[in-house]
Amino acid sequence: MNAAYVIVALPLAGAIALLFAGCLPIRGPVGKVRDPWSGWLATAMTLGAFVATVWVWATQVGRSASGRSSDLNIFTWIPVGDLHVNFGLQVDPLSILWCLFVTGVGGLITLYSIGYMKGDPSFNRFFFYLNAFVFSMVVLVLADNYLFSFLGWEGVGFCSYGLVGFWFERNSAAVAAKKAFVTNRVGDFGFMIALFLMFKHFGSFNFSAVLGPLSAGHATLAASTATALTLLLLLGAVAKSAQLPLYMWLPDAMEGPTPVSALIHAATMVTAGVYLIARSAPIIHFSSSGQWTIAWIGAATALFAATIACNQNDIKRVLAYSTVSQIGYMVLGEGSGDYSAGIYHTVMHAFFKALLFLSAGAVIHALHDEQDMKRMGGLRKHLRITFPAFIIGYLALSAIPPFDGFWSKDTVLAAAFHKSPALWAVGVITAGLTAYYMTRQVILVFYGQARWADQSAAHGAAGHSAPPHEAPPTMTVPLVILSVASVLGWLLNAPFGGLDFINRWLAPVFPAAIAPSFAVHTGTKWIIGLVATAVAVAGVLSGIAAWRRQVDRPALEPAVLAHGWYIDEGIAAAVSGPLARTASDLSFEVDAKLVDGSVNGIARLAAESGRQLRRIQTGYVRNYALGIGAGAAVILFYVALRAGS
Amino acid sequence: MNVPSAWYLILAAVLFGIGATGLLVRRNVLVMFMCIELMLNAVNLTFVTFARMLNDVGGQVDVFFVLVVAAAEVVVGLSIIVAMFRRRAAATADDIHGLKG
Amino acid sequence: MDWAVYLVGAAMILTGALGVILLRNPVHCALMLVFTMFGIFLEFINQGADFLAAVQIIVYAGAVVILFLFVIMFLGVDRKEAIGAERLRFQRPLAILLGLVALVEILALSRVDHWVSGAPAQSGALKGAGSNVAKLGQSLYTGYLLPFEMTAALLVIAVVAAVVMSRRHQPSAGEMSPAAQKELRESHQSALSASDPSLAGRLEAPSE
Repeated sequence: MNAAYVIVALPLAGAIALLFAGCLPIRGPVGKVRDPWSGWLATAMTLGAFVATVWVWATQVGRSASGRSSDLNIFTWIPVGDLHVNFGLQVDPLSILWCLFVTGVGGLITLYSIGYMKGDPSFNRFFFYLNAFVFSMVVLVLADNYLFSFLGWEGVGFCSYGLVGFWFERNSAAVAAKKAFVTNRVGDFGFMIALFLMFKHFGSFNFSAVLGPLSAGHATLAASTATALTLLLLLGAVAKSAQLPLYMWLPDAMEGPTPVSALIHAATMVTAGVYLIARSAPIIHFSSSGQWTIAWIGAATALFAATIACNQNDIKRVLAYSTVSQIGYMVLGEGSGDYSAGIYHTVMHAFFKALLFLSAGAVIHALHDEQDMKRMGGLRKHLRITFPAFIIGYLALSAIPPFDGFWSKDTVLAAAFHKSPALWAVGVITAGLTAYYMTRQVILVFYGQARWADQSAAHGAAGHSAPPHEAPPTMTVPLVILSVASVLGWLLNAPFGGLDFINRWLAPVFPAAIAPSFAVHTGTKWIIGLVATAVAVAGVLSGIAAWRRQVDRPALEPAVLAHGWYIDEGIAAAVSGPLARTASDLSFEVDAKLVDGSVNGIARLAAESGRQLRRIQTGYVRNYALGIGAGAAVILFYVALRAGS
Repeated sequence: MNVPSAWYLILAAVLFGIGATGLLVRRNVLVMFMCIELMLNAVNLTFVTFARMLNDVGGQVDVFFVLVVAAAEVVVGLSIIVAMFRRRAAATADDIHGLKG
Repeated sequence: MDWAVYLVGAAMILTGALGVILLRNPVHCALMLVFTMFGIFLEFINQGADFLAAVQIIVYAGAVVILFLFVIMFLGVDRKEAIGAERLRFQRPLAILLGLVALVEILALSRVDHWVSGAPAQSGALKGAGSNVAKLGQSLYTGYLLPFEMTAALLVIAVVAAVVMSRRHQPSAGEMSPAAQKELRESHQSALSASDPSLAGRLEAPSE
């Protein structure tokens, strides 16, 4: 019994149990449905999967670098001719690394949710989705072929739909869920076409068959095929990881409960695209234009999202755009050819973004579901645990040394510099913007006047007059753990002292044949690091200067940025304009007249021919006899013909 | 000297044609029934002729069965006619067209 | 001799058949049918089917046509039919055309002789020693025993069917409404009283 099965089995078992737990007549102490037992069950399952992952990881560590990859077939799913698609798990450094932070961070988020979702009428359903989400994600990364991985890919999409629209009685949540789902379908389209192409070219979906010879250097791939596959897979990754041009769903996904945002942003869904690109590295290697496309999409997204993040007022939307921006960095790192840099940033981002989201959740929780930063302020005195946790996350995201974000972002920037100084420049500008908007957020939320008090006073008796309260331990414990990880996590891949564990760990997955190593001169590295730090500090200082005294600075918040460059509005106008008109034409002209007309015409034809043919039925026996006789005569005639010949 | 079989067959065919025409032309149900008998007899004549031609007693056996069936048919048919007339006097075949579409 | 018998029979058959379809009075038609049957009888005799010829006369002339006449007289429909008036417009020309076409086709088919395989049937040869009746009976009671038994069943069924259909319907109690039952009972009671005054009041209504 391999522990890798357990990684998949536990979240699945939890999801199935919770799916049916809604039918059980169990009531938790809170009185609401299955609260908090469902949460503890889900947490146990996810953390159990984490333990199993650690076990598998420890087993792998004990082996030589080349022996760390194994393929576990559960059963053959689609045996068709020469094609055998398995439900199989590929345990290798890449998938286990992903499992580690998916289950680890996911477990902490699940634990946190017990406190956050307390008293929700659909408590049970929420944890069902969380477990199903983790299960899908684990399947996505552990699958040993693209098709099985696609199953997890779709599962993640479905769970995100369910979680973003968790409060579906709110119209905005239902709309956001649909938006997330539809946007992801666009990416799925690319993924599926890539699968078809892959089948045509390789005749298989297995990583070992498709990627194995390529990464071992035994085979090459025509540039055209590689580019086509890369771009199609990139389309899938772009939708899942919320990159340009399919990023729109992620900010709207804030309609879900805050732990969902943390889960989607930090650990699971959005990193799926990063994983897909990393996994497909052997294919991407053969497409130079594909690599450039990936790198530029990443860089452009990073900058684009950062500009929008500077002007958002919703505490979660700022973080959402920052996620889009940070994933841009990851994709940039991968497009630059340094996959482990991108993955390093992914892992670090999982820590500090989960921390930021969970802290933001604690803030929202403390202010009774207030999300507008302009109505916060002065909270540092009230939230004794959340405040330092948020600050740590802030420093990490702003890439202030020596926190996580600095090191991973620096690695990405070094790779980008090696690829092209232009990419690096975009990255550096984005880093400055990141520091700026995060400073703005911290000041608006935690410093200055306590504007939530005015708000509650204005509300009068109907408002909430109780002072903000710190969250329960189930929520603060994950904050503490993630804070520690955000401070020390960078040591997993520190660029000195032989501490680059992730690089070495992933080396078997990205051999030199597909990811040529490159060395950036140490002096250059220092300069890159210093420039990045200087820009980050400049961003912080400008943020402090701009927002220290005032809450409303319209000059610094142009509407075009606050509305996200009017992308959503533009799409809405395009869809509701010509598209809606075409649809209406189709409905009222083509459907009503052509389709309905032909259907009704067929019915009328049958009725009319029946009315005419009815005359044959005279009711006279002799007429019928005449008919019989005529028939007999015809048959006789035929027989006579046959006989004569 | 024997009459060639063809002559009997021609005679039977003519009889059959007369019977069929009568069935289609006449309106009195009883007369239509008689026309059916004519047609049956035409067939019987054919059977006997073929039995002689082919030196096979089977043709005559068939005639026997046709006779039996014809008798049964007459019984049932006439009782139907009686039941019909009981319901409406002076009924011809044309008066009964309740199945008109 | 054969030719003479054939021609006489043919003349009787055609005269009778045309009489059946052309005469207006059903009674005359029936009599013409008997005439035809005698023609058929002659042709049967001419072809050596002695037994069938006898049966033909007994069954057709003796039973079937008598039954026809009986029904005609019973129903009182022995009046003339207006042959001239035809309500169905194309019925008569089409019928005559069809009769001619059928005639031509049958004649054409009868000229073709390769329908005959030449293999003897299992029922046995017609010619040779022995009487016609003996051969027919031999075949009927051996090879055709089962169909023969089935004709017996068929005749019984026909008799039962004729009885059922000719019978007037007498509703049973379960098919009548209470009012109809009461009325029927009272009519029976009055009939009883009329026939025998001592029986008056004997048919009592069942207690409610």
